[in-house]
Amino acid sequence: MTAPVIEAVRLTKRYDDTQALAGVDLYADKGTLLGVLGPNGAGKSTAVRVLTTLARPDSGCARVAGFDVVTQAAEVRRRIGVTAQDATVDIALTGRQNLVMIGELSRLARTDAKRRAGDLLSRFDLVDAADRVVKGYSGGMRRRLDLAASLVTNPPILFLDEPTTGLDPTSRAAMWDVIRGLLDGGVTVLLTTQYLDEADQLAHRIAVIDHGRVIADGTPAELKAQTGRQRVDVRLSRPAAGAADALAAFVTAPPIIGDGGRTLSLAVDDAPGLGSRVVEALGTIGVGVDEVTVHRPSLDDVFFHLTGHAAGEAGTGEEAA
Amino acid sequence: MTAVDVLESAAALETDRAPSASRLAEWIRDAWVLTRRNLVHVRREPAQLSDVTVQPILFTLLFTQLFGAAMVLPGGGSYIDFAVGGLLIMNLVTSAPMGTAVGLGSDISTGIIDRFRTLAMKRSAIVAGRTFSDLLASIMCAFFVAAAGLVVGWRPDTGAMGLLAGFGVALLFGYSLSWFGACIGLAVRGPESAQSIGLIILFPLAFVSNAFVPTNNLPTWLGTIAAWNPVSAAGAAVRELWGNPNPSSTISAWPMQHPVAAALIWSVVILAICAVTATWLFKRRTTE
Repeated sequence: MTAPVIEAVRLTKRYDDTQALAGVDLYADKGTLLGVLGPNGAGKSTAVRVLTTLARPDSGCARVAGFDVVTQAAEVRRRIGVTAQDATVDIALTGRQNLVMIGELSRLARTDAKRRAGDLLSRFDLVDAADRVVKGYSGGMRRRLDLAASLVTNPPILFLDEPTTGLDPTSRAAMWDVIRGLLDGGVTVLLTTQYLDEADQLAHRIAVIDHGRVIADGTPAELKAQTGRQRVDVRLSRPAAGAADALAAFVTAPPIIGDGGRTLSLAVDDAPGLGSRVVEALGTIGVGVDEVTVHRPSLDDVFFHLTGHAAGEAGTGEEAA
Repeated sequence: MTAVDVLESAAALETDRAPSASRLAEWIRDAWVLTRRNLVHVRREPAQLSDVTVQPILFTLLFTQLFGAAMVLPGGGSYIDFAVGGLLIMNLVTSAPMGTAVGLGSDISTGIIDRFRTLAMKRSAIVAGRTFSDLLASIMCAFFVAAAGLVVGWRPDTGAMGLLAGFGVALLFGYSLSWFGACIGLAVRGPESAQSIGLIILFPLAFVSNAFVPTNNLPTWLGTIAAWNPVSAAGAAVRELWGNPNPSSTISAWPMQHPVAAALIWSVVILAICAVTATWLFKRRTTE
């Protein structure tokens, strides 16, 4: 078995009074995408900063492409591309000037850097804007340029820190296509995201991270299986205290009750006629049902199940760096 | 140990098996790529250059006309001939370090520095590239001081070598102060603080010197400060090399008796101390 391309073992990192990482383990095999999923402040960006040699861990160790991120940082930097959360291009330069500069600083000859910049600009649909100053770019264009900048050297390993945060749905879908294309080309990717659908769409494996710890790890299917094989969402015609008890026979985990007792979300096992049996059970205690849906669990359900709070809600920690 | 060796000591910690000659070549190339980037910034916003274009012309015209009417030099000679060497130094003292401090201060507070730090480049070239573009700005500054000086009647009394040597000493001195500016830019929080703190330090330095006025008749304590002020050594050196009036030559302090040597020593000492300090500050600022 070959060693993982990205590997972090028990990483810890403290910024002032924030424990950004409290013992994080991560790994990604060659050619796969590891989705690091978590709310703001979970420690995703800090983990990326450690893995990309920008920050030193307080303890634990990490290897990228087999090189230690602390003691062999220069070797790591030759093999990675990084797209950080804040755009890291020079807004006073044109898109083309940015890419040529990064190419030259990455040891390409000037003519090669120029050719590479031209290729990337057309691949990322930035040809028309290539010679305009980045200050005037839209958010989506800046993100694309940022991603292009991290691909200048054709790195075998890519770190994408929330690459689609703040993008409109069209731009996001376009970004997903680009990432899929990179995966087809054999690149190993670590992608952080707050969006469960994004991890579900792109990741081969997902590490769910909260308060600086990995709280779950597996394929999207494995994670979903943790919350039961099916979920039933019920909307009652009025709040009813006895509803959860009436449904106890079906559920595999405590139900999640919302909207002042009017909605219930249940983890259940497959059963024939599930929807109608739920309605019947509630009918026997005299509670009417406005709406019932049976569906496979989403990652939102998984996240709620694991952390007790929804993915969009911040944890207690601040987003460090 | 050269300045580059000092700078490279930061990079030497990184695993890098390339032979030292090619490491130096890579370092120079990285610094030059970043120098060009800074020049693009200037082209984008030419007003940045006012302190090396408008300011030197304005100061040269104002000082020669205002002070020239009232000033009698100890030992005789034309005030305008005296003033241009001092104005050259004074303009470099207030522009070269400020450009570096503000430029580096803004780079370090934006995300671009993280991008640079994830590339396989030499990190110390980030600071050096900034000082190189400021050296080019200083050359422009020197040109405008000299041009304005010629218009108002400044005449050097030396050969081409002396003239060039005067510019050379002045530019080396300005370049060493760029590294001082780098320290300021890296030590403070952002470009605005770099600007104000830089001016607070540099203006007294420029004024308590022989840049505008002969210091022969100053009170003893102030005269001593002026005589040992690096700015005075640079001003006297330029005047001596240009064959212009240099009243400081009658002051007995060693730097005023040997202004060229003193200016060169000051430049090298400032350069060495500030390059080491700036490299250390840069590492501290970018280590998490």
